[in-house]
Order: sequence, then structure tokens, then C-alpha cells
Amino acid sequence: MTIDAAAIRSDFPILAREVNGQPLVYLDNAASSQKPRQVVEKMVEYYYHHHANVHRGAHTLAYEASELYEEARGKVARFLGASDEASVIFTRNTTEAINLVAHSWGTANLGPGDEVVITEAEHHANFLPWQQVCLQTGAKLVSVPLGEDQRLDMTAFRAALNGRTKLVAIAHMGNTLGVINPVQEIARLAHEQGALVLVDGAQAAPHLPVDVEALGVDFYTISGHKMLGPTGAGALWARPDILRGMPPFLTGGSMIRKVDLEGSTFADIPMRFEAGTPNIAEAIGLGAAVDYLQEVGMENIARHDAQLLRYALDGMRDMDGITLYGPEGEDRGGIIAFNIAGAHPHDVATVLDQEGVAIRAGHHCAQPLMRAIGAQSTARASFYLYNTEEEVDRFLAGLVKARDLFALAL
Amino acid sequence: MSVFDNLYKEIILEHYKSPRNRGKLDPHTVRQEGVNPSCGDELELYLLIDGDQVTDVKFEGVGCAISQASASMMTAALKGKSVAEVRELAGDFKDMIHGEPPKESLGDLQLLQGISKLHARVKCATLPWVTLEEALDEAQAA
Repeated sequence: MTIDAAAIRSDFPILAREVNGQPLVYLDNAASSQKPRQVVEKMVEYYYHHHANVHRGAHTLAYEASELYEEARGKVARFLGASDEASVIFTRNTTEAINLVAHSWGTANLGPGDEVVITEAEHHANFLPWQQVCLQTGAKLVSVPLGEDQRLDMTAFRAALNGRTKLVAIAHMGNTLGVINPVQEIARLAHEQGALVLVDGAQAAPHLPVDVEALGVDFYTISGHKMLGPTGAGALWARPDILRGMPPFLTGGSMIRKVDLEGSTFADIPMRFEAGTPNIAEAIGLGAAVDYLQEVGMENIARHDAQLLRYALDGMRDMDGITLYGPEGEDRGGIIAFNIAGAHPHDVATVLDQEGVAIRAGHHCAQPLMRAIGAQSTARASFYLYNTEEEVDRFLAGLVKARDLFALAL
Repeated sequence: MSVFDNLYKEIILEHYKSPRNRGKLDPHTVRQEGVNPSCGDELELYLLIDGDQVTDVKFEGVGCAISQASASMMTAALKGKSVAEVRELAGDFKDMIHGEPPKESLGDLQLLQGISKLHARVKCATLPWVTLEEALDEAQAA
């Protein structure tokens, strides 16, 4: 089955607007996706008819809000292939989910002599929490380089693992080069050494079928706003036995069992890790986003992304003055990092913006990776289920315009 | 040709390709680093101040055409001005980039007025000027 892009596009009001007098072509999906009516309307309906605080109070609205919130948790759990709903913790985003693990599990389990393995391609969100917790606990941070082909160097990865390795933290899909890492194999190798595996799923969950139990990982983290959901709703999935052994991250209301002046006991999961009033409407919106994605089908979305990627790369590969980054192949999501000779990526993005085409420019919160690929920064186009080949044509025409303009500066 | 094309082709690319006053300055009174954390652009600004007068200025760095052209044009406008005049010019330039009508005293710098319409790029244009103000603060504190 292929995707009916026209039908999908009619669900996204923003795609009908113009930018600088041109129809919008939105190719900054790796930064944040747009939202369908179904998500926004679900949140509006919640606020207009069901809002109250969750998990407290005996009145009807409190019950309805709690039901909707927990229903969303169930949807996210099923979306991720998690059999236990309590293993899904709502967070603001992937960054907060990773910080939760670093602060709670990390400070309780890491110490001098221990090692945390990451890769050179990580987003700062999956790098800085580990760098900081290692500095704090005396553990050692080990970064695995990319190979010649800009994929993870699996030989170097194997060599980085040893009996001291306590955790491997890695992206499922890279946010800059779009490389899909062999997470299942990585988890197997890490577990052989007794290490746990945390996966940054911010890019993969919106674009690929994900089954955390089949992948065999221990922690999986997502950002709702990259997968048609609202900002402020993300999630941490973790193996329930690990979660139950972790100390609280934030303390306060709703995460307690009993509070005394001398000490307190804490609620079971997931409440233990959701102190304070959560982003209720956003979590419910994320539930609606997950419904939407599953209705379209994650296999179909992955295939659609791959088609657009191939179509765009076919148009760019032989273009003079364009440098493409990242390997080509089945293990590549719909993300293209590139540069134009003589042009700074910000200027490229400005030229494309004048044509109504939105792309990202910068270091993509991955400065170690930028150094590894020898770029100060890059431009980046990223596709999603509502993008079309006609839009890719507009993007390619904008590239030619930018290239010709900056050829004047060469 | 659109205003946008004109801005880039006639002014920004010309300075981007052939920047004025690019390089290190030794001796210098103050060396100031400017960074735009959102894009990673980096600028190093050198000022030689004699009494109350900015007698020489140079810059180095990596960045987009707008920040580099803005730095180039800024250095060309500063030499020989008093510190007070330079501060006033910096204020006037930032006002223009933030959408105020340009003052006559800005001279050639008025050519960059079009950047005020490129809202996402305002920080690129002001980076050299913000760095300049920090450099003057540094020099006066010393």
C-alpha cells in the first residue's frame, strides 16, 4: 500500500499556507513535525469538556481526565510494542527522558571504574546527560567513532565494550545523517557484557515501526512533537524491573505513597516518575498522534520516506557544487545533510525560505559529529508522510538557485 | 531582480568574497570572541584604541555570508571614530536591523537594511556589532 498524500495533506491545515508568497514546502520534519486536525481537536475537546487534574479528586471531571490520560499511556505503550503500560513514563520530550535515566539510574549505578559508551553521532541530548553524569560520578565516557562510510564502526563498537561497560546510549536513527543503527545487534553485544542499552528514539519512532521488546533494549525515549503530537509530550519506556529499582528523579506531588517528616515512600511506576501535574492535554494529544500514525501504518510511512529520500538523492547526487553527507542504503531514514560550495548553510536556508521551502541549517545539536564529518555546519532537509515528489522538485529548484547565487562568491 | 536577490548579489556576496580588514591585529588593545550558539558561527574581533579613538580594527572567523559581510562593513565604518561615536553607530545599526528607519549617519551600512525583513537572520547581522560592544566594555574595564 502506498500513502495517499493528498488525503493526508488535507488533515494538516498549516500545509495550505504560503511563505514569502509561495506555497509552503515543509522539510524540517527532523526538528519538529506539523500537526493534523485530529491531534489538535482531541486536545481542544479535552480542554472544553474533560479537564481537571489527574489522579486526585473524586469528581467526574477528575475521573474523565485521568481516564483519557491513562488511555494515552496505553496507546503509546502499544505503539512502542511494550506489553506493560506502567513501563511508559510521560516526559516533556526525549531530552527529559534521557536526563531522567541519567540522573536516576545513572547516579545510583555509576561510579569510578564504570564506563558509559556513546557514539560520535549522538545528538547533544544523548551526549551531555552522560558526559555530565560521568563527570559527577567518576565514570568514564567512551565515544565510538564513525567508520569511513559514516556508519557506526561496529568493530570499534565491539572493542569499546568490556566488563566495565554499564550502559550503551545510542540513537536508533541519527538526526543529522539519518543512519539507522543496528539496535538489536547492539543490544545483544552490550548485554553479553552485562551493560544496559538506552536508545534515543526521537527520529526513529516517528518514521519506523518500533518494537522495544523485539529490539531487546532496556530504555527507549521519544519526543511526541516529532511524530505529529504536541510539544511538551514525550515518553520514556523502560523495562519495568529496571524502572522499579530506580530512585525517583523529581519529587513532589502525586509520586508518593506516604509522606512523613522523617522520610517518605514512593508510588509504584509509572507515577513514581511523574511528579507534579503532568502535561495532560499534551499526553492526550500524543495518544491521538499515535492513533493517526497507526492508521496510516508505520511500514507505509517508512516506505514513503524512503521513496522521497531516493527521489531527492537522485536529483542531488550529480548536481555540481553539492556535498552530500551520510551513507546511502536501506539503513537510512528520510534525512539529507548537505552543503553547497561557497555557501554557508544559513544562507542556503534563507534562499530556500524565499522560495517557501523550510529546511534546517546549523550544527543540528551534534557538534562532535560535525567535527567528525569535517563540516562547521550543514543544511538539512527531512521528509515525512505528508511530503510529495512535487515538493522535492521545488526543493531541488531552490538548491539550483542557491548554488548559482553562491557560485558568484567562489 | 527582487530586493532579496539584490541584497545578496550586490552587497553581501561582494563583502563575503572580498572581506575588508580580515585577519589578526597585533598589537591590539582588545580581542573579543563572539559566538552565535544556535548556528555555531564564531567571530574574533581585534580593536586598537588610542586614547578615545578606534585607530584600527580587524576580524577573523567562520560564519554565514550575512555575519561575515556585516563584520566586513562594520570594520570599514569604524576606523578613526571615537569610542562614543562607535557606540552610537552600533546602537543605530541594531535599531535598523530590528526594523527602525535607518539614520543617515549609518552611511553605507544602510545597504544592509533589507536584512531587517529576514527575521531569522537578524542575529547573524548583529553578531559583529554585539561583539564590538562587548569589546568596548572590555577595553573600558581594563
